[in-house]
Amino acid sequence: MGFREALDSGKFLVTAEVGPVKGTETDVLLEDAELLKGKVDAVNVTDLQSSVMRLGSMAVCHLLKDHGIDPILQMTCRDRNRLALQSDLLSAWVLGIRNVLALTGDHPTLGDHPDAMSVFDLDSVSLLKVIGRLNEGFDMAGNQLKGAPDFFPGAVVNPGADNEAALEMQIIKMEKKIEAGAKFFQTQGIFDLDLFEKFMKRVEGFNTPVLGGIILLKSAGMARFMNKNVAGVFVPDPLIKEMEETKDKVKTSVKIAAELIKGMKSLCQGVHIMAIGWEKRVPMVLDEAGL
Amino acid sequence: MVIAEIKPFEEIKNLLKKYKKILVAGCGSCVTVCLSGGKKQVELLASALRTARKIESDDVVVGEMVIPRQCEPKFVDMIKDEAGKYEVILSMGCGAGVQEIAERIENIPVLPALNTTFIGMADEQGQYLEVCAACGDCILSMTGGICPVTRCAKSLINGPCGGSQGGLCEVSKDNPCVWQLIYDRLVKLNMLYLLKGISQPKTRSVHPRRMVREDLKLKKESTKGV
Ligand code: SF4
Ligand code: SF4
Repeated sequence: MGFREALDSGKFLVTAEVGPVKGTETDVLLEDAELLKGKVDAVNVTDLQSSVMRLGSMAVCHLLKDHGIDPILQMTCRDRNRLALQSDLLSAWVLGIRNVLALTGDHPTLGDHPDAMSVFDLDSVSLLKVIGRLNEGFDMAGNQLKGAPDFFPGAVVNPGADNEAALEMQIIKMEKKIEAGAKFFQTQGIFDLDLFEKFMKRVEGFNTPVLGGIILLKSAGMARFMNKNVAGVFVPDPLIKEMEETKDKVKTSVKIAAELIKGMKSLCQGVHIMAIGWEKRVPMVLDEAGL
Repeated sequence: MVIAEIKPFEEIKNLLKKYKKILVAGCGSCVTVCLSGGKKQVELLASALRTARKIESDDVVVGEMVIPRQCEPKFVDMIKDEAGKYEVILSMGCGAGVQEIAERIENIPVLPALNTTFIGMADEQGQYLEVCAACGDCILSMTGGICPVTRCAKSLINGPCGGSQGGLCEVSKDNPCVWQLIYDRLVKLNMLYLLKGISQPKTRSVHPRRMVREDLKLKKESTKGV
């Protein structure tokens, strides 16, 4: 069952995420993927995450597909103009990629080639519209395609935006993304279920599945770093304390993630697990969460 | 206004190395307002050039003038005679001023003393901010008079990227997230509904752009009926 079918079936969805390496080394990534096979509904492949130059999302999605995993192609607007985005979408389709996550993307100045030209010819909303247009058999300029894709498009939302204005605008943009064709949402990492519940109440009426983001905590230091530097991620003090005092970081991390997932089961339609290097631990998290 | 800043003195000095008769020409418009190419800056630069050359025992004549608007043909034509006494014109106008002089005064080279940076405004005393990228399709009516094309690091026109923290831009904490400013202003105006419509991707223009005003063009003399 592919991701789209899983979503249509109404089951509680589980997606994970892998980040390609800088270079051509794919063994570890495929090993991780093998462990996820059959346990998750799809695996996202990031698109030059944090604006760091590395192996591309499309090629890795294709490899995952070959290994029997339904990939979600992350596609940002940072590096490609509308010609390249559309062409890459067509290329992805012929390589067997069916799901696309449309993102704005980080700015190049945040990565390892800070002098790179930033493109942002389109934004996430217009990219979703373009995907819809391609699905209908036309390019953005209205020209007819010989053979059209049938992508399943999704988008992201950040429920933890740190002030009222930012949160309101996230919700307004979420509505625009739905209008532009988004069929599912994956969120930034969530650590506060009360806040997440409030967010979910606000977007209930949108009738579009939301997969709550789960980030595996590796240490108290990582939690503090994210609180300071990652927009929309807030790890509450008690969790930081737990990570600090534990003798077995992996066990505690897995427990925290599993509890968050259990809490989310009644709030949203699935979870999206970002293991950030700890992909091998994802099966443990799922076991503990009873998935 | 057009914002520009004076090039480093060493660079200007090097540009002028081979000339003995230099006309420093300021501009009375934008660069006067942003204090980079007005009367005062012309005086200072001219006197710095004289001093530098004197130290090197290198004779030089440095003339000074301020053209009301360097980007206006008729004002540039008015300095033709005076300019004829010099070997080079050092323009303290913006890039348009320098080029208008190059266009009108054929036999004397013109060099830029300024780096033209952007269309901006003073957001604090002594501090200027880029606010318009001259995109050619103004959407300020949709955004409370605050431009996301220019002031969002990613030129996002459908709302913020989600990377802002504490109202500041993810790209540079020196700048507010412009979408925060737009939101706050639309709340005050009670016009938040403006944020709901999807904005279409911009048409990208090919340089150089040209604006034609048929109503202002000189009419070709009609030969009809002759
Ligand atoms: S939208 Fe922005 S860049 Fe375009 S003309 Fe208006 S102010 Fe200038
Ligand atoms: S934080 Fe705001 S201003 Fe900065 S890139 Fe994102 S949307 Fe644009």
